[in-house]
Amino acid sequence: MKMAARDEDAARSTRPRRVASAVKGGRGITFQKTITVNRPVQEVFSFWRHIENLPRFMRFVQAVTSNGGNITHWVVTTDGEKLEWDAETIEARANEVLSWQSLPAATVDSAGSILFRPAAGNRGTVVKVSLSYAPAGGKSAAKLGKILGKDAEAVMEEDLFRFKSLIETGEIPTTEGQPHGGA
Amino acid sequence: MKALCWYGKHDVRVEKVPDPKILNPHDAIVKITTSGICGSDLHLYDGLIPRMEKGDILGHEFMGEVVETGPEVKNLNAGDRVVVPFTMSCGNCFYCQRGLWSLCDNTNPAARESEMMNGYVCAGLYGYSHLYGGYAGGQAQYARVPFANVGPIKIPDDIPDEKAIFLSDIFPTGYMAAENCDIKGGDTIAVWGCGPVGQFAIRSAFLLGAERVIAIDDVPERLEMARESGAETIIADGEAVFEELKEATGGIGPDGCIDAVGMEAHGFTMDARVDKVKQAMKLSMDRPTVLRQALRSCRKGGTVSVPGVYGGFLDKFPFGLVVAKALTIRSGQTHVQRYLRPLLEKIQKNEIDPSFVITHRLTLDNAPIGYKAFLKKADKCIKIVLKPHALQQTE
Repeated sequence: MKMAARDEDAARSTRPRRVASAVKGGRGITFQKTITVNRPVQEVFSFWRHIENLPRFMRFVQAVTSNGGNITHWVVTTDGEKLEWDAETIEARANEVLSWQSLPAATVDSAGSILFRPAAGNRGTVVKVSLSYAPAGGKSAAKLGKILGKDAEAVMEEDLFRFKSLIETGEIPTTEGQPHGGA
Repeated sequence: MKALCWYGKHDVRVEKVPDPKILNPHDAIVKITTSGICGSDLHLYDGLIPRMEKGDILGHEFMGEVVETGPEVKNLNAGDRVVVPFTMSCGNCFYCQRGLWSLCDNTNPAARESEMMNGYVCAGLYGYSHLYGGYAGGQAQYARVPFANVGPIKIPDDIPDEKAIFLSDIFPTGYMAAENCDIKGGDTIAVWGCGPVGQFAIRSAFLLGAERVIAIDDVPERLEMARESGAETIIADGEAVFEELKEATGGIGPDGCIDAVGMEAHGFTMDARVDKVKQAMKLSMDRPTVLRQALRSCRKGGTVSVPGVYGGFLDKFPFGLVVAKALTIRSGQTHVQRYLRPLLEKIQKNEIDPSFVITHRLTLDNAPIGYKAFLKKADKCIKIVLKPHALQQTE
């Protein structure tokens, strides 16, 4: 119980300022999940810090590029629909926290934070992921709804398992492309 | 290639399907020379396992020749003869590194679904429900073997297929079931179910130092095979089994009890008949007649070991017995990788010849006939192996 309480405290104190406000009136998607990956915290932090790694396991995200400074450019697609926006890195404390928030002019209100801490018993790194996406209004709102769909949270959760497999084994388990009867 | 595909209850068909391809860096492709039909395949055949899809390729006991390897597979080369464990393991996660191979975190593409079902993610399996990833299985001419850097074991040329094939599942499964009884010299082990896993549990119990093994079944040829392994036998006929076991052990009860039957136990007791109706009506997934009897029969402070497949919730599980008699219950999918090398050594030293369990050899084309015979235990069928590249019926 003590551990859980400490975890919550840590989450509160390091949660990016604007995550809560990124999702307005129940629109959009929020996602939060904690997993442990059997790799050292430095490696796990570095993997997320190199933000261009994200599309390797996030299926909505086609590309994330950094301008070398605090600004990242996000491209999200599915079924031929495409949305792009810029986000600003709010916090990047080595081996502890990464958080970002879309810029005010962005078509999508998006925010994310990743908390890192060493797992007890030398079991690697505990990673707590919080993500939110919300339409900023107009045509983009409909597009975002179409892109994220009603299974968005499931996809984000699957992505987190994909991240764990990728960093622990170097690949993501799949059966896509295997033989099947009745084809 | 040809493969055996699942279409529904008592409906499996051999079809032409595309050859498997390398999909991930740790994959290998194996040309299958021998493949088994497992008792747990009958649960699929009976339509009792959720999340099967029409066209799924079955089979999780197979061996063959490596024909292609992915760029990250350094331990295998084309031409190697290998046996492939039925559980997939990555080798890098917390569980694999502790030898709990069948609990691997990273081999199940249906991780989220598995977590919803079990609370945590369970490993991928060949030719089983999509809850275990829905990987194409080995009752086929070729199979894709993910994480080939961790799973398959090379088999020396002087060990024929039929001695090696069961390292893939039933020999380690029977062995782990016996090992889970924590056998000490002088112990008596009772084994319910003399199907292939039960047969290997009997042999393994003796290998691990049991003084007596008492085997329980109602199929004459299975009891006969158990006797050939050195077991005493009791004919399964309801409540009498408990009394007979008690009598046979001088009123003490067996030190270890192995339920090698699982979810489709066809008991002859009142509770068994109620269970059957509930299972048919999908009110309960399992029929735990044997498990109840094992819990009742086991001596105080003994161990009940459960290698048989159970899929979900048990009705009328007598947990009071576990507390009252301080029983230990042990179970789990087999940590196959843990047993491959030691059990191959036992085969090489002629301590056991696993081919004793084979009663039928079929071509892949005749696999549907084999399923029917295995289900009905027709023609004294205990264990079928398939020869996927044989052109004609071999027996």
